Amino acid sequence: MSLEIVVCLKQVPHPDHFSQISLDPAKQTITREGIPAVINPLDKNALEQGLRLREHFSGRVTVISMGPPQTQSALEEALAMGADRGVLLCDRAFAGADTLATAHALALAVRKLEPFDLILCGNETIDSATGQVGPQLAEVLDIPHVTYVQEVALAHERRLAVRRAMEYGYMKVEVTLPALLAMVKESNRPRLPTVWGIMEAAQKEIRLWTAADVGATPEAVGLEGSPTRVIGVFEQQARRRGEVLEGAPDEVARRAVAKLRELGAFRA
Amino acid sequence: MDVSLQLLGKGKELERELGVGLCAALVGEQLELAAGELLAYGAERVYVVEDPRLRFYQSDAYARLLADLLRDNSPEIVLFGATTTGRELASRVAGKLGTGLTAHGVALSIEEVEGKRQLVCAVPGWGGNLMVRIVCPQRRPQIATVKPGVLSRPERGGGGGEVIRVQADIREEDFRALTVEMVEERPCGVPVEGAEVVVAGGWGLCSVGDFGPVEELARLLGGVVGGTRPTLDKGWIGEECLIGQSGKTVSPRLFISIGASGAMHFTTGFLKSGVVLAIDQNPRAPIFEVADIGIVGDLREVLPCLIEELKAAGIVPC
Repeated sequence: MSLEIVVCLKQVPHPDHFSQISLDPAKQTITREGIPAVINPLDKNALEQGLRLREHFSGRVTVISMGPPQTQSALEEALAMGADRGVLLCDRAFAGADTLATAHALALAVRKLEPFDLILCGNETIDSATGQVGPQLAEVLDIPHVTYVQEVALAHERRLAVRRAMEYGYMKVEVTLPALLAMVKESNRPRLPTVWGIMEAAQKEIRLWTAADVGATPEAVGLEGSPTRVIGVFEQQARRRGEVLEGAPDEVARRAVAKLRELGAFRA
Repeated sequence: MDVSLQLLGKGKELERELGVGLCAALVGEQLELAAGELLAYGAERVYVVEDPRLRFYQSDAYARLLADLLRDNSPEIVLFGATTTGRELASRVAGKLGTGLTAHGVALSIEEVEGKRQLVCAVPGWGGNLMVRIVCPQRRPQIATVKPGVLSRPERGGGGGEVIRVQADIREEDFRALTVEMVEERPCGVPVEGAEVVVAGGWGLCSVGDFGPVEELARLLGGVVGGTRPTLDKGWIGEECLIGQSGKTVSPRLFISIGASGAMHFTTGFLKSGVVLAIDQNPRAPIFEVADIGIVGDLREVLPCLIEELKAAGIVPC
């Protein structure tokens, strides 16, 4: 049973540099310049899952991403990890997309590729953390989805048995292919690209597709295709900074407890 | 259920601004009690879609049935709890209705935007570093999810209101993803979200080598243990005790942070606490910006003194 697998990736700012993302309150713009970018961590779990399934069942892993030109580096890294080919959806028309518009754009790209068996993505991104693109992509493609996937196994031909996390416990879900699975961190440990993988990646293809290439209409993608709109950005209001005590531990403890009592911390 | 009741409180507040009525929807099996609770907490009407085949959460079936119900009733706004199932259900439903969905809003209000009274959601981004205000100007309904613990449960009233049973038009193709089993693994004890006192430990405990000090203080204060990502990775806390952007939001009467520097994605999880005490050895740690009381010092020295003082003051048993 050979599997045609598509893995969706997003390139995001490096999380260690989140605090450097700054806001110009007057212009209402956000600067991300000079901040290094990485593949969204959970998307690496998705790719790892795809590579393992390919190793087990044979098939092909295609990675796709919608983003600005620098997203190319994320796809190259994915190819070095072992993906067979990449697709970069890059066009001004895709910019400013919310999750639904992103799902529509990705769906157009997926439909342009060969018929697929499985789409894999990370359960959520570290920057916006909505977790919406996976299920919405499944909806646009009219395929079933499972999120919070921890384990994937084959139940019968064309049917997977997955373990899906909940807040307290898990579900066992059987899903018919074609389907979309959104992977969580504990599902696997993503492999590192090897030197051999990096060399091989140079021979692999990354297609560059514009809005016209995938037949995107302006009303379906990008800012125009987004039902939601950002109307403002602001810095989270900090709690009022209180008293900071330093000195001999016993003295400091005494003052702290007195202050806590004063603030009502111990009132039942 | 908890988060649904919290949503009803916010729903009532929003509904008052628009004068459109507050309803709730339930999908599943044996929903009598749940419907009664929703009415008691403020829903004027509860739509119930019931069938034995819906006993477990079924992603395809629930999404289609709910989308059909919403199409038939055309609400202005729909709110979902941002639970593991709520998030994906809201996503799929929004996709079916071709409308906007805003995730994990922390503040919801009705404001005039572009000449229309609209739902405005404030949402944290980039680990809570920045907040974004989002609207859904054209499409309806406007849909949003809110994490458990962000809103407070409203007062329980008498009830009144009606339960409307909706015929569950279930089809074979609604089970392409079939939930065959649901296994609950509740940890013992009070969940962090409900606790009056939370004592959370961070990276600083890793250098001490043991989570004992946090557990001891929590036990003495009759509180619950929480932690940051490093302590989860170390195996000292379970996922259910993780506090912050990718974990739980808590609002206890007293929140104590020990050995956590105060990264935004952590502090965003407890900003609504009554009183915050932070202990860290770095005087410039950002945690002190959000603490009512900060103690700079070595936790190995500070904690024993703190515990002694709490005993001397009669706040904890000797």
